[in-house]
Order: sequence, then structure tokens, then C-alpha cells
Amino acid sequence: MSAPEPPGLPRLLTGIPEHGALSLREHLALHGELPTFGARKRRGAQELIEQVELAGLRGRGGGGFPAGAKLRAVAGAARSPLGGGPVVLVNAAEGEPASYKDRTLLQALPHLVLDGSELAARAIAAEEIVLGVCETATAALRSLGDALAERASQQSRGAPRVRLVAVPNRYVAGQESALVNHVNGGPAVPTFTPPLPFERGVRRRPTLVANAETLAHIALIARHGPDWFRELGIASQPGSALVTLSGAQLAYPGVYEIEIGSPLSALIEAAGGLDGQLRAVLVGGYAGAWVDGALLRGVALSDEHLAPYGAALGAGVLVLLSSESCPVAELTRLTRWLAAQSARQCGPCVFGLDAIATVVEQLTLGTAERGAQQRLQALAALVRGRGACSHPDGAARLVSSALEVFAQELADHARHGPCAACERPSELPRPRPSAATTGGASAKPKPAPRELVSTP
Amino acid sequence: MRHRLRVNPIACEAHGMCAELLPERISLDEWGYPVLDAKPLSAELVAHAERAAQACPTFALLVERRRDQ
Repeated sequence: MSAPEPPGLPRLLTGIPEHGALSLREHLALHGELPTFGARKRRGAQELIEQVELAGLRGRGGGGFPAGAKLRAVAGAARSPLGGGPVVLVNAAEGEPASYKDRTLLQALPHLVLDGSELAARAIAAEEIVLGVCETATAALRSLGDALAERASQQSRGAPRVRLVAVPNRYVAGQESALVNHVNGGPAVPTFTPPLPFERGVRRRPTLVANAETLAHIALIARHGPDWFRELGIASQPGSALVTLSGAQLAYPGVYEIEIGSPLSALIEAAGGLDGQLRAVLVGGYAGAWVDGALLRGVALSDEHLAPYGAALGAGVLVLLSSESCPVAELTRLTRWLAAQSARQCGPCVFGLDAIATVVEQLTLGTAERGAQQRLQALAALVRGRGACSHPDGAARLVSSALEVFAQELADHARHGPCAACERPSELPRPRPSAATTGGASAKPKPAPRELVSTP
Repeated sequence: MRHRLRVNPIACEAHGMCAELLPERISLDEWGYPVLDAKPLSAELVAHAERAAQACPTFALLVERRRDQ
């Protein structure tokens, strides 16, 4: 059972067919059979966790938590007498408007993610795999359903059940506790922790919540080993990563696989180059950090290299803002949207994010009181760390970075009101419309999750 | 044993009792929600903190105990 020659780059995004998804047969021909990891069950499970740890894989959902440590924590919780059969919860909620790497991966290469889920399930002796996919990702949902049907016939006895659950299209739905809450039949809003999902998650079982891309990397680490994984990337953040690159003046926006630590300029070049001047880059998504375009162009894409700019690679969202846009108008839309996306559970988030959005609006219109920038800085500091989830922290990060990077534009608007570019359409990817959420999110109980496919 | 204050922000409804009972460590923000001083509680404050937690109408204030390493 030898796997074919390991790919350089792309690793994940290889063999993508022009239409539809890579079939199970094609997938196995490309990547080889899924390794079984030793004859004895317990040792085999240990071995996979060790390999993931040695590979140094970090979660690709935004948090960047070491994947091996997470596997080990769930395996440990499952051994306690109170544990019960653990669950693998695949996180493809992807409520971030500027990200579509998870849905792209699931749509074209579902078996890579399913391989990873199966391996993770084996490593923690899980009874069930739940796939949580954004309700707007209809192509991904369809592709996953087909892929599960393909695998059903080859499923061995005692394999974990697999369940596909559509997740409401809302920003905070992908937060771990919100996803668990939704799968358990509650609303897709965060809960107060502890208990954390690794202790008590889906059906009160120890639950591994893992991003879809993270699991796809595990599928390849299991086949080619940790040394191979570390051939790309940097010591603190090995491997390749999927990024969603967008920008109004970009020739080919889309999902790309990069080597972690490679320069942004190379990525822009791969995307057909930029038609115009780069003003700033929004790194990490709607609740990410703005980085000055002049500074960033030569910078390497890794958490280590982005940290001095207050940014992190996170889930790989990069939005390029051209110098023809009005960053203040963009900030106005962003802060108002973030306020509307609050789950409206925690006071500081409900009132603080609304206050932030209001001051930004006043600044844009030139109607703000003196010292509005200082007021924004204070509001950002006031909401940080005061929600049940990190939604207010994200808004605070966005505002703090904007105050620094767009200091000149903000001062100009405060003095003279709207500029000519304020009228231009937004250069940011638009939030996805969805039937389930109209305007703001609410904590009102929602019907139980819709199960689209169930195996065996 | 170390004692530390924590608030469950989902349960908190800004009644503000905690800030009345433990002004040494709790102030209220402009909307009436508590802002906590995260420093460990000194021994003489623990009893006051526990009284504040019991007085909270929504049981949102928590006095967490952690064993010293």
C-alpha cells in the first residue's frame, strides 16, 4: 500500500475536475488508499495523533490551535468514565463573507475532507461524524451528499455514523460552541464556556470540532508523514494553506493554495496581478485587521510575519483595497454589519458594537464630535474580551487597525464630510444573502437542524 | 486556593448589584454592564465577592476557585 508520489504545491487543490467533484475512484487513484495505522486499534490511534503533532499542523478555521493537541484533548476526555462515545464535528460553517475556501474544498474535493474526518474519528474512537456546512453552500452540500453515498457501500462495520447538517448563514454560527449548540437542536449562537466542546459537545459527548481544511491536511499527513508536511511552510507554521483572495482590481480573485510564509506579492502575481494601486489589505476577514498596502506587499503570509502588523493569517482571508476606494466608507459598512451580526446575547457586544458603528458613521458624514477617534479607541478597548465569544474582539481589532492605517482619511472625513469616493460601490465581497437570517441575528430558538443525508 | 471573578455575559442583564456590593473590583460601563478587575481576589475580599455573586438576580457573577499550582 504505497501512496503515489507526494505532490509539491498544490497539495490539497490538485486533480480538481472542470465540473463537479472528484469521484472516490479518482480520489483514490490520485492520493492512494487511506492508511489503516497499525493492526491494533489503540496503538494505531496514538500513531495518527503523534503524526499530526509532529507535523505541527495548526487549525485552519481561524483560531490556529495545534490540531494534534486538540485531538489528544478529546481522546483524553473520552477516556474518562463520564465521557461517552466522542463525536467529530466538521466545521464548514464559513459565515465569513470574504471566505469561500471551505465550500470550494468540499465542493470539488469532498473525499479529502471525509478521509480526514474518518481518520480523526478513528484517532479518538468517535461514534459519529457530523458535517456542519453553511446553508448557502448548496454545491458543497450536494457534493458531500454524493460523496457520502459513494462511500456508503464500502463502509466497514462499526464505522461511525455520518450526518450532514446545514448551518445558518450567520457570522457567529461557526464559533465552536455556537456550532455545537446548533447541532444539538438549539440556536446557532455561542454559549458560555466551560464546558468546552472537547469536554462536552454534541449530545454532551467529548467533541472534536475541526475545520474542513484542517481535516483535509490530516488526510495527506496520514499518507505522506509529518516530514513531508514540513517540507513546505515555516517552522512555527508548517505546510500549505488555502486562502481566499479578493479585490475589485484583481484579475482572478479566488481560492488559492499557498506555501505558508510565501510573500503576498507572489500570490497577487499568481492571481493575475493588480490593476491599480494597493491602498490596504484586510487580513483575516470582516473582523480582521487592516494593514497598509505599502507595508504588506513584501511581507510573508504567516502568523509570525503578520503579528507585527496586528494581523494573523487565520482562515486565510485576504481582501485587497485599491487606492481608488474610500476606506472610511468601507469601514462604515463593515462596522454596521458586524453590529448587526451580534447574536444579541451579551450587553457589551449589543451596545458596544452599535456605538462603534454609530461613531464611525458620524465620522464619515463629518458630524462627529471632536475626539471621535479617541472615543472609538476607548470603545474598542471597552468591548474587548467581554462577550461569550470573540465577536466583539474582532470588531475591536478591525476598528483599532483602521484608526492606525486610515488615520489621514478618517481625519479628512471628520473635517470635510464624505469624499468623492464614498459613493463608489464596495470593493469587499458582499455578505451572502440567506433566507434564514433577515438582518440581525437573534437568539430565539430555531427549529432543530435539518438533516440532509444520513448514513449508513 | 485562589479566587477570581468572572461574569457570564449571556446571563448578565445589567442590574448592577455587583458594582454596589464590590466596588473595589467591579465598575459599570456606560450601558450598566460590569467591568471586572481580573486580579485574583485578596482574602478579605472573597467574602464580599461571594455576597455579590449571591445577590446577582441572574446568577451571572461567578467567583471561581482555582487551586494554587
